[in-house]
Formats: sequence, C-alpha cells, structure tokens
Amino acid sequence: MRASLLSRHRLLSIELVLGGILLAVMLGGVLLSGWLFPDGGEAMDLRARLLPPFVNAAHPLGTDPLGRDVLARVSTGGWISFSVGFWSVVGGAALGTLAGLVAGYYRGIAETLLMRFADVQLALPFILLAITFAAVVGSSVSLLIVLMIVSQWVQYARVVRGSVLSLREREFIQASRAFGLPDARILFVHVLPNAFSPVLVLMTLNVANNILLESSLTFLGLGVDPLVPSWGGMLADGRTYMQTAWWITVFPGLAIMMTVLGLNLVGDWLRDNLDPTSKLP
Amino acid sequence: MALFLTKRFLQALFVVFAVTLLVAWAVRLSGDPAIMLTGGAGSVTEQDLVNIRNALGLNRPFHEQYLGFLYGLLHGDLGNSFVGGTPVTQLVAKALPATLMLAAAAIFVSIALAVPLGIRAAIKRGSAEDQAIRIASLAGLSFPNFWLALMMVLVFSILLKWLPPSGFDGPVSLILPAVTAGVINTAANVRLVRTSMLETLSAQYIMVARAKGLAERVVLYKHALRNSAIPLVTYVGIQFGNLVAGLVVIERVFNWPGMGSLAFDAVAGRDYPVLQGVVTVFAILIVSVNLLIDILYGLLDPRIRTE
Repeated sequence: MRASLLSRHRLLSIELVLGGILLAVMLGGVLLSGWLFPDGGEAMDLRARLLPPFVNAAHPLGTDPLGRDVLARVSTGGWISFSVGFWSVVGGAALGTLAGLVAGYYRGIAETLLMRFADVQLALPFILLAITFAAVVGSSVSLLIVLMIVSQWVQYARVVRGSVLSLREREFIQASRAFGLPDARILFVHVLPNAFSPVLVLMTLNVANNILLESSLTFLGLGVDPLVPSWGGMLADGRTYMQTAWWITVFPGLAIMMTVLGLNLVGDWLRDNLDPTSKLP
Repeated sequence: MALFLTKRFLQALFVVFAVTLLVAWAVRLSGDPAIMLTGGAGSVTEQDLVNIRNALGLNRPFHEQYLGFLYGLLHGDLGNSFVGGTPVTQLVAKALPATLMLAAAAIFVSIALAVPLGIRAAIKRGSAEDQAIRIASLAGLSFPNFWLALMMVLVFSILLKWLPPSGFDGPVSLILPAVTAGVINTAANVRLVRTSMLETLSAQYIMVARAKGLAERVVLYKHALRNSAIPLVTYVGIQFGNLVAGLVVIERVFNWPGMGSLAFDAVAGRDYPVLQGVVTVFAILIVSVNLLIDILYGLLDPRIRTE
C-alpha cells in the first residue's frame, strides 16, 4: 500500500496544489475569524451602509445594508459550514464503516438489511428528508447533522462492505482467523486499515457536498438560524439587494465555491492516489 | 430473466413501502397539526380543535391513518390539502409536468456539454487541455446551485436583460433554470464520457475504421460515441435522484411552479398531506427510473440478470 502510494507519478499534481491553496486560505480565514474579527462581523455602522468593495481599506469587501463588514461576516459565517461538514461526515463514516465491516464480514441478514437500506436511501434524497423534518420539528444545525448522518452512512457502509468482501478471502485474514484471533481484533486491526482509503475519499467529497446542502437549506430558510451569521443566510439576506449591491451575494457564494472546489480537488487527488481502481462516481 | 425482473420489482415495491412509512411517521412527529393550523389564535376553543382533528382524521391511531394513506395511494388518491381542501393528486398533476420538463432540459444541457468536453479530454489525454477540462468540470460541480442561479439572474436578467429572472412563460423562462441544473450535473458526466471513450478508442474496430481512411470526426462521433453512450445513459438514470433533489432548490429560486415549489409551499403552510404526497411521488418516480434502468441494463448485458 505505502510503496504503491509513493511510486505513483501524479503525486504532486496541479489538483493538489490548487486544492491545497484554496483549502488553506478558506480554513485559515475561517479558523482565525475570532482573532481577526473579534466582533464576529456584528458591528454595525449605519453611516457606512452598502459600501462597494475595494474602495475602503476598513471594509475591503464592502458592507451590507446594516453597515456590517462583509469580509468579517464571510469569515465568521464559515464556522457553521465547516462544523456541519465535519461532524456530519465523522458521524456518517463511523456508523457506516461499522455497518459495512459487519455486513461484509458476517454477510447473511446484516448484509441483506444493509442493501435494502441502501435502496431506500437512494429513493429519498437528503433534501426531501430535510424539508420534511424541517417542516415538522423546525430547523436547527444539530437536526441537519443528524439527518445527513442518517441519509449518508449507507454510502460508507457500501464501500467498506465492498472492500471487506474481497479482503475476507485473502490469506492474511484467513490466517488471523486460523490463529483464533477474536473477530473484533481481526476487523479493526487487520481489515479496517486496508478498507479505509475509499472511506477517506468519500469523506472528503461528502464534506464538500454537505457544505453545499447546508448552505442551500439555510438560504431557503430551512437550515441555520437566520440570526447566526452563515454563508447561506448572508446570501438569503443579500438577494433583495442584488440589483444595487451585488457584492453581498457574490462574496459569500465565492467563499462556498472556493471551499467546495478545494475539497473536491483534494478528494479527486486522494481518489487517484490512494485508490486507483475505485469505482466511486 | 423473469426471476430477475420479479426480484427487482419486489425490491422496488419494498422501497416505496419503506419510504411512505418513514414519511408518514415523520409528518406526524409534530404533535398536533390542529394547533399549528389555527396558529394559536386566541378565540380557538378546545371544541374547535377536536372538530378540526375529527375533520382531518387526525384522531385515529397511526396505523389506521397510515393504512388509509396506503389504500388511497393504491387507488390514486393522496388525500386533500389541509389548506383549501384541493385533492393532492390535482396539485401534483399540475406540478409534476413542470418538474419533468425542467429535468429533461437539464439532462439535455448536461449531455450537450459533457459529450464534446469528454471526447476532447479523451483525445488529448494527459495534456494540459485534459487537465483544464477536468478542473473546469470540478468547478462546475462546486457551485452552490442556488448561488449559480442567482448569478445567472444577476448577469442575464439584471445586467444584460436577455432572459426573464423567474416564472413560467414559455420556453424562454426554461433556459436559466435548465442551464443552472445542467452545468452542475455535467462534471460527473464529462468524466464518464472520457473514461468510456478511452476504452472504446482502444478497440480494434476503431483501428479498422481509421485504417479505412474515415474522417476522424466520423470515427469519433459515429463509431466510438455510439458504444460509449451505454454507460452514459445508465449513469444519467442513476443520477436522476440527485438531479431532482437539485431541482427542488433551483425551482424555488426561479419560482418555477414544479414539485419543489409545491413542497416548499407545503412546508410554509404546514400542509402535511401535500408534503407527504410530494415526497411519495418523488420516491415512486426515482424508484421507477432506477427499475427501468435495471431492466434496460439486464436486457443489454446478459451477465447481470444471471447474477
């Protein structure tokens, strides 16, 4: 595994460089927001309303209708997106990996159940699930994360199961079994490390996807609380001013796009380098 | 083949059943729609609430309500809207064609972009152009769909004044939403066309076609593309669920009177029967498309049905 990883010739590609730069800029800007903008972008200055970008050094990306600094709000608003992306993927991957290990190793009823779950998940896109629950129990960040986990764990379970199915027939696993190692040890110490690369790829791509989903739902008023600064919320607010103040809608959208593109590029690079035979879409 | 079809059909039925059960359970989590509907108005008495519950059938136990819904579904009846009492099937019948029209247009845009780009990338494999196409299509995938929609409106409606920003007046208003949805679905298709073209181009019959002295364009578009199209068609079908999920949001931004807008109106009005109906119809639609593809695939590739 390690040797083949190093010998791949596309190890340092334009995708990794571009994706790495985008991610570093966005992650840095968001993680340092508390230090760079201690007011969290909430400070209003009604004398400086709707300032255009690139003219005032104090407000490099302009201001919104309440005179709040767009750059500070974009930087602070990223927190929500990053935390939704991170926790939804960690939760989904943990649950899905466990299910995939069990289904692939023991097969039988666990496997059948998993495949039927996968069918149901395909027929019920996340956005419909989110709309339904938002209508019924109201929207919140934690609900979004839980729903993302519920609707995505199956993807991880499927790729892990696929790897386990071929791993369990390999000599080193059969040898571990012959030695009488406990199943838990075989699964977590011997099978899991060899089945993890596609999970890592899927996690990267899903962080990107979930940031998009979160911002869409927030934009439509079904996600993050409108009083908390978030990229989707800023876009919803800015929409009314689109004719006169384009910068309020352009910059938060660019922030989402740069983050997601960075993640997609890095995910793509990971897929090529960790897992050249992968059938992930 | 008959066994394969029966198995797939039963699986599809199970999925529809599971989705309806899940949604029926979810829409009743809210506690009491009667209180929501009256909006906490001061003049509402307990008797009013009881009357509303009786009228809407909310006083019956869950399994009775659910079986009633299933019975109705089998008879083409999805219940009536809480708001105004219109049959849900009527609302769906009005909204579904608009959504399908948009979906078809988006698939068309996506294929029209993906095929030339994918072929170009395959011919120039490994070149800077191949890289550029790859990164550009990834960038297309990274647009938040609603933001791309807003930017399209900003450029083509507000600045250039070429196209209407929203609404449903003839083919012109179809352009912006279809292009928005199409661009986002292009990335994966470009990659698919590229890989399957690379595979096809190394086949011997392509060598023969070239040796005959056929024009390169004929070789590519007539001989190679035809064989590369099978995976593309299948993949477009598999992507169908993702596509309609994206349309739900895009419809909202463009005020397109489809299923997505219907769902959002239902959410705003706490109109649970409409919401339940929309999600159920979506699930049936996605399951049917996937079933159709399975069947098609089984017909095209005999190895699959004997699996």
